[in-house]
Amino acid sequence: MASPSQLHENEEFISELKECAKLLVDKLQGDHYEEASQLIHAMTEVRDRHIFQSVGRLTRGLHDAIVNFNVDGDLTSEPPNIANSEIRDASNRLNYVIDLTQKAADKTMDMVDESAPIATNLGQEAGALREEWARLKRREMSPDEFRDLYHRMDEFLGQMVTGTDQLGRNMQEIVLEQGFQDLTGQVLKRVIGLINDVEQDLVSLVRIASQVEDVTGFEFDADTGEGGSEKRKNRNKSGEGPQINASEKADVVSNQDEVDDLLSSLGF
Amino acid sequence: MKILIVDDFSTMRRIIKNLLRDLGFSNTHEADDGVTALPMLRSGEFDFLITDWNMPGMSGIDLLRAVREDEKLNTLPVLMVTAEAKRDQIIEAAKAGVNGYVVKPFTAAALKEKIEKIFERVN
Repeated sequence: MASPSQLHENEEFISELKECAKLLVDKLQGDHYEEASQLIHAMTEVRDRHIFQSVGRLTRGLHDAIVNFNVDGDLTSEPPNIANSEIRDASNRLNYVIDLTQKAADKTMDMVDESAPIATNLGQEAGALREEWARLKRREMSPDEFRDLYHRMDEFLGQMVTGTDQLGRNMQEIVLEQGFQDLTGQVLKRVIGLINDVEQDLVSLVRIASQVEDVTGFEFDADTGEGGSEKRKNRNKSGEGPQINASEKADVVSNQDEVDDLLSSLGF
Repeated sequence: MKILIVDDFSTMRRIIKNLLRDLGFSNTHEADDGVTALPMLRSGEFDFLITDWNMPGMSGIDLLRAVREDEKLNTLPVLMVTAEAKRDQIIEAAKAGVNGYVVKPFTAAALKEKIEKIFERVN
């Protein structure tokens, strides 16, 4: 986007060029070659001045964009020291998300692994006692067997108390462990904010780049050729990870049923 | 039945391992990508391979291709359990010779069904 002062400079530059060009034609037609060459020299100077002014403006714009850009480490050293940049910080934050979710998942599964045998044992013992109890009700039990049952019942009630106590504690730990959602959510929100900022800064850089094209007259083709498709192909090979909003994308399946349909259409 | 589970996330390996144990398969081994999985497969007499797609080192699709190209392993049943859900990718996996494809997140029932189906077909 050009500012009003830039537009004014551009107009001035073009009108100066046009004037010189007219004069140049006159001089050439009048065979005044010496004067014509002076004019050409003047035109070059006008153009150089215009380019210098533009380059100056672009340099200022570029400097501002880079300062805003969140890579504010020491870029003058080789290799650049970006250990303290916000981007690096964002990577650390995302790694933290991976760590935290992994720990939460491990802890949850530990608790489940610990709880499952307790529940299974209590269930089995309860089932066995129920059968014994039924025999007692049907009066099929000898006094010795009843004494056994009496002790076993006492023991089972004890197990029940400690077992359910443990199960309750484990379940509470599982619930507490879900706090990772809150922590990772906060981190992810901050990273999303940073990405939005970076996007804005990138847009400014792209704008500056297009002004460079205007000033210099160079045109650069965007990287849409073979290189780009090669990159996409490699990405496909290593996978893309989970799809976000899968149901809105035509080239993505949104559930296992669609996978099965697709595979059966291929003869699976 | 000796099963190799390949996934770069230990949580997912553990989930699959637990589900397999519930299904009665307790002889399971783990690898975190294709590079570590392939030598295990070549030397380990495995009966079944469950692999993720997206992994550092060697991806699941490359592991699948390597398995199909290996004389000893080319008939090994392979189930892909992955978050990769593009139609092109599923077709690519099918062409590479996958025996089943389960998208994450999956249910215990879906995994069980696919595994049983694969064994039905293999036997």
